[in-house]
Amino acid sequence: MIDKASRYAETHEWARLEDGGMVVVGLSSFAIEQLGDVVYMELPAVGGEVTKGEALGVVESVKAAADVYAPVGGKVAAVNDAVQGDPDVLKRDAYGAGWLVKIEAADPKEYEALMLADAYEKFVQNQEQ
Amino acid sequence: MGRRGVRVAASDVPTSIHLRRSYLRERPAALPELSELDVVRHFTELSRRNFGVDTSFYPLGSCTMKYNPKVAERIASYPGFAHLHPLLPQLRMGGILTQGALEVLYEMERLLCEIVGMAAFTMQPLAGAHGELTGIMMMAAYHRHRRNHKTTVLIADSAHGTNPASAAIAGYTVASVPSDAQGGMDVQALKGMLNDQVAGLMLTCPNTLGLFNPNVREICDLIHSVDGLAYYDGANLNAIVGKVKPADLGFDIVHLNLHKTFATPHGSGGPGSGPVGVVEKLAEFLPVSTVIKRSDGTYALEYDRPNSIGYIAPFYGNFGIILRAYVYILMLGREGLERVAENAVLNANYVREKLKDYYHLPYPQVCKHECVFSAARQAERGVHALDIAKALIDRGFHPPTMYFPTTVKEALMIEPTETESKETLDAFIDAMIEIARLAETHPEQITAAPTTTPVGRLDETAAARNLNIASL
Repeated sequence: MIDKASRYAETHEWARLEDGGMVVVGLSSFAIEQLGDVVYMELPAVGGEVTKGEALGVVESVKAAADVYAPVGGKVAAVNDAVQGDPDVLKRDAYGAGWLVKIEAADPKEYEALMLADAYEKFVQNQEQ
Repeated sequence: MGRRGVRVAASDVPTSIHLRRSYLRERPAALPELSELDVVRHFTELSRRNFGVDTSFYPLGSCTMKYNPKVAERIASYPGFAHLHPLLPQLRMGGILTQGALEVLYEMERLLCEIVGMAAFTMQPLAGAHGELTGIMMMAAYHRHRRNHKTTVLIADSAHGTNPASAAIAGYTVASVPSDAQGGMDVQALKGMLNDQVAGLMLTCPNTLGLFNPNVREICDLIHSVDGLAYYDGANLNAIVGKVKPADLGFDIVHLNLHKTFATPHGSGGPGSGPVGVVEKLAEFLPVSTVIKRSDGTYALEYDRPNSIGYIAPFYGNFGIILRAYVYILMLGREGLERVAENAVLNANYVREKLKDYYHLPYPQVCKHECVFSAARQAERGVHALDIAKALIDRGFHPPTMYFPTTVKEALMIEPTETESKETLDAFIDAMIEIARLAETHPEQITAAPTTTPVGRLDETAAARNLNIASL
C-alpha cells in the first residue's frame, strides 16, 4: 500500500509535509513488508541535525538490519518513542501511528525533489521484477 | 533421591575457621541428585539433537561447511602441542621448548603467502571479522604513514555485513557500491564514487552471489589510481584456492577464514581464525609479534616493530586451529587444493543446474562455489524462503542461508562444498524438488514444517524482542 499524500525516497522512506514546514518521516509499507518482523529501532535524539541521504537511524528485523536514511535534512523536532516499545505499529499503520521522526526541513527543495506516490509505485514495481 | 555421580572424600584438613552464622545455609543446597549414568544419558540425548557436518549435509551458503578431516584433530591433540603454555616462548629458556609450535606458525605464514601471493602474514586474528578489522587498521596505518587524508572505504552492496562494520570500527565512513545487472560490482558507479578521500575498497571475490567478477583487475586498478588499497575478503577463497592468487588480481590485503577454506571446525561461534596477508609495502604495519627464522635455523618471536599497528590479540592466535589448517594444507598439497576449488565449483553448478527449473535463479550464469536461488515463485503461494528452510530440516538437511545476500529477494544461498558425494547432492536436490512441488499443491504442508523436530516453529520475533538469556 502506498500513501498518496506522501512523497518517497529511493531508500523507501516516506515523507509528508505538514503545516509550518515540518516533514514527518516513516518507512513505506513495501520496506516493512520486505524487512519482516521488526525487532529493534534506533532513532536519533530530538534536537539533532540530519542530512538528506545520510542515516538517521537503524531498523533491525528478524531477517536483516538496515539504515533508515533522512529524506530531507534539518533538525529533528520529534521522535516517535512508541515505535521502539511496539515495533508492530509499523505493520499496522505505516503512514500514521508508525511515523518515526519529524524534521524541521532546512531546505524545502529537498522535499520537492522526492518521488510522488505514483512514481514510487512504479519504482517499487521495477524493484519487484 | 540421594543418587550421586561422584563421592567426595571427607576433608582431613582441620577446620578451625568459624564463619558467621549469617554466611551459613540454613538448609542444604538444592543440588541435582543424579548418578553418573543419568548425566551421561542426559548429555548423550542432547548431543543426538545436535546437527553438524558429521551428521548430515550442511549447505549453508557463504559458510563453507565442509568436512573437517579427523587426522587434523588427532595431530592437534598431540600433547606436545595441546599442552604448551602460551607464555613459554616469552620465558627464559622457553624458546627451546616451543620450536615445533613456532615452526608451525612460521611455515603456515609461508604457505599462506604462497597460496594468495602476499609478502607477509599475521596468524593472530581470532576470526574472520577480527582479520577484517586488522586489515583495515593496517590500511589506516599505511595512509597515516604517508600523511594521506582519507575518510572513506568503498564496499559492495552484496558484501557480508562484517565488511562495513569492520571499516566503521576502524574509523572510516562506509560508502556502498551498487551491483550491476550481472550481479558484480558496477564499475561505472565505482568510477563515480572515486576521489582522494577513498582509503580503499573491500571486495569478496567470488562475491556472495557465488559469481566471479570479470572486472576485478580493473576495479583494483581504479582503487590504486586514487592511492587506495584493495582489500580481498577471503570468505569465498574456497572457490579459487590454488587457481588464482588474489595478489595477481591486484589486491593488497587479504584475510582468510581458516575454518572455511582450510577445513577447521566452525559453527556456533568458534574458535575461529582469520589470518591476514599483505603486500610488501604494508608488511611493516603487521601486528606484534611475528615469528622469525634465525640464521641458525631456530625460530623466535619478534617484538621490535616500530610501525606496527600493535597488539590485536593475546599470544599468537588460535594456535590449535592454525595447526589443524596446517595439517590440512600439507595433507592436500598443491594439487589437492586445486581439486578442492574444482569440486566445490562443480558441486555448486550441479545443484544450480538441477534446481533451476524449480526455483527462480536471478543470476543464471555459471557460478563458482555457491548458487543463490530466490523463492519468489513459491512466495506467490505463501511459501517463503523461511518455510522452505524449515521443510528441509524435516528431510534431514541443514537449511541453506536465507535472505542473504539482501540484493536477492527471498534468497536461498546454497553452498554444497567439495566434500559431498553425488548421492548426497541428489538426495538434497530431490528434497528441494519435492518441496517446490508441494508449494504448488499443498503449501500448508510446507508452512507447517518442521514437524519432526523436538520443538516446532519458534517465535523468532518474540525471542528477539524479549531476549531472556537467563533461560539459555
